[in-house]
Amino acid sequence: MAEGYITHAPGYVLNDGPKIVTSRFVHDDSFTLTRSRATGGYQGLEACLAKSPAEVHDEVREAVLLGRGGAGFPAGTKWGFCPEGVWPRYLVVNGDESEPGTYKDRLLMELDPHQLIEGCLIACYALGLSQCFLYVRGEMALAQERIATALNDAYDAGLVGKNILGTDFSVDVVLHWGAGAYIVGEETALIESLEGNRGMPRLKPPFFPAAIGLYGKPTIVNNVETLSNVPWIISNGAEAYKRHGSESSPGTRMFAVSGHVKRPGVYEVEHGVTTFRDLIYGDNHCQGIRDGHQLKMFIPGGGSAPWFFEEHLDLPLEARPVGAAGSMLGSGAIVIMDDSTDAVQACLRVVRFFARESCGKCTPCREGTTWEEQILRRIYDGHGRPGDIDMLLDVADNISPGPYPVAADESQGLEAVPFPPKQTTICPLGPSSVAPIVSAIRRFRPEFEARIPVRTTIPVSAGQR
Amino acid sequence: MSRLSHQNVELAQEIISRYPIKKSALIPLLHLAQEQDGYVADDAMAHIAELCDVTPAEVVGTCSFYEMFKRHPTGTYLVNVCTNISCMLLGGEELLRHVEDTLGVRHGGTTDDGAFTVEDYECIAACTEAPCLQVNYRYFPRITHDEFDELVADLRAGKRTDIPPHGTLGRVRQHIPAAKLAGVVPPDQVDGAPVWLANSEGEAANG
Repeated sequence: MAEGYITHAPGYVLNDGPKIVTSRFVHDDSFTLTRSRATGGYQGLEACLAKSPAEVHDEVREAVLLGRGGAGFPAGTKWGFCPEGVWPRYLVVNGDESEPGTYKDRLLMELDPHQLIEGCLIACYALGLSQCFLYVRGEMALAQERIATALNDAYDAGLVGKNILGTDFSVDVVLHWGAGAYIVGEETALIESLEGNRGMPRLKPPFFPAAIGLYGKPTIVNNVETLSNVPWIISNGAEAYKRHGSESSPGTRMFAVSGHVKRPGVYEVEHGVTTFRDLIYGDNHCQGIRDGHQLKMFIPGGGSAPWFFEEHLDLPLEARPVGAAGSMLGSGAIVIMDDSTDAVQACLRVVRFFARESCGKCTPCREGTTWEEQILRRIYDGHGRPGDIDMLLDVADNISPGPYPVAADESQGLEAVPFPPKQTTICPLGPSSVAPIVSAIRRFRPEFEARIPVRTTIPVSAGQR
Repeated sequence: MSRLSHQNVELAQEIISRYPIKKSALIPLLHLAQEQDGYVADDAMAHIAELCDVTPAEVVGTCSFYEMFKRHPTGTYLVNVCTNISCMLLGGEELLRHVEDTLGVRHGGTTDDGAFTVEDYECIAACTEAPCLQVNYRYFPRITHDEFDELVADLRAGKRTDIPPHGTLGRVRQHIPAAKLAGVVPPDQVDGAPVWLANSEGEAANG
């Protein structure tokens, strides 16, 4: 096993940077209550209970804890959106991690469930949330076992439930398992799913979940990594948190770097200051592209993100500059593709994902993603027709009208279109399917054209598969 | 085929009691039915509808949306091979072909002996450990073709007791002792802020 990897935590790579959320990962019993308490676990909760709820909320707001699920909205601000005087309020934890390339939340749930539970409790205390639902992705059996065990132990120890640590603070944390649907990672779809319905997103605005959410009541939906940061912030203070990372993106962030690198893995790095180059080429991190190959393109923020290229390597891992350059940092998933990668195949594979995962609520996405996949499939199979590339872009334009966010291409004198895209759909799933298409065609159009045969007769095999 | 057993009805009641609205328990109960029978039987769905005070059609509606619920008998071992982008780059599709060849079924199919079902699956969140597959949602990171063949032999020989049959997810269930339960109240019966918040605001007003 290569240096930096830990046997009991496959995929996690230990580096020498600051550790906020992964500090316990080095221990092979990091998921137990004993280890958690021996290493400062639930001290944030104790510190929190000594303060007023308003003070706890202010501390998190002051820390500028940006949401780690994809949108990057500050958690402290989101917490402030609950309307006054409307009760009850709920907390829903989004552990339905399924964005292609992403898997930081699974590690946090498997390896340090107590840190997450503690974060949930602090949020509930600060905002007066009367019940917490921990929604874990269905396919993550180990995470479910570890969280169930952690909750059972925490209930026994009086850390969750009635009169927590002898105070008047009482809250139940309920473990809930999903059943395999990417769209449920969208917060309103998550709420629908938690209500026992088909996981289809709700129309927003005007009403966001913080105002009208679970059972029509104010609901805070936070990502697992976001809440896992909260205990550290309360234990150490917002000032200490802001000493890490950049001014606008404090703290650390977990990134999963996969694909054609020498040492793929999940890294916790300083947020906003580390660059893509540091992460991909740094000796302390991925150590560069595998031998004998060059970087062709990379996905900076999960399957939904437009692709980046060599010239974007020096951008910092920070939402704003990445957005201005035409992509998004998303869920912290970086997929590296070297020069052996077929751009058409990569594009097809990502688009197929969205076609399969479209929930079917909005017509442009339900029909459009399917058409995108079919057209790409026939181009890939060598049965493409002369107008297919334009048709593909036209279908994409029906889902996301107007200029789609895309990185600049200096060789063609094309400027970047900043994030986010426009959409004719309720949620961003449909528009996400356009990202690989526009990115790939803008940069590698000749690869697509080369696949489309020039024929004078109709091929009899077309349409098979 | 079958309704929930007496023991599972008790478990179902406990699960339902954790939610302010009964219908929220649908997905956990569908998992329970799948754990009992290996798939979600029609009678089990009708039974769940009775337990949650919804119509059977609503249960079918929810069940049919989610990929993990199988409404027909499936293999004892569900082999999900990830072929999404990160795995595709590092041999995910070749792994799927190998799995299909080894087991003698195309993805979506079940072996004649009912032991294995193969699926061409989407991202299972193990992207840096590509190529990766799951057997009954247990991970096998960076698995080689030879290692897969060994795994199949072990599963057929009954040597992998760490992998429960299809339907069982987490083998540990959450259990909240009655004395420790903070209390579940339907949303329309809650009036006013929770006690710790009200007390804190009272103190702030007095101070």
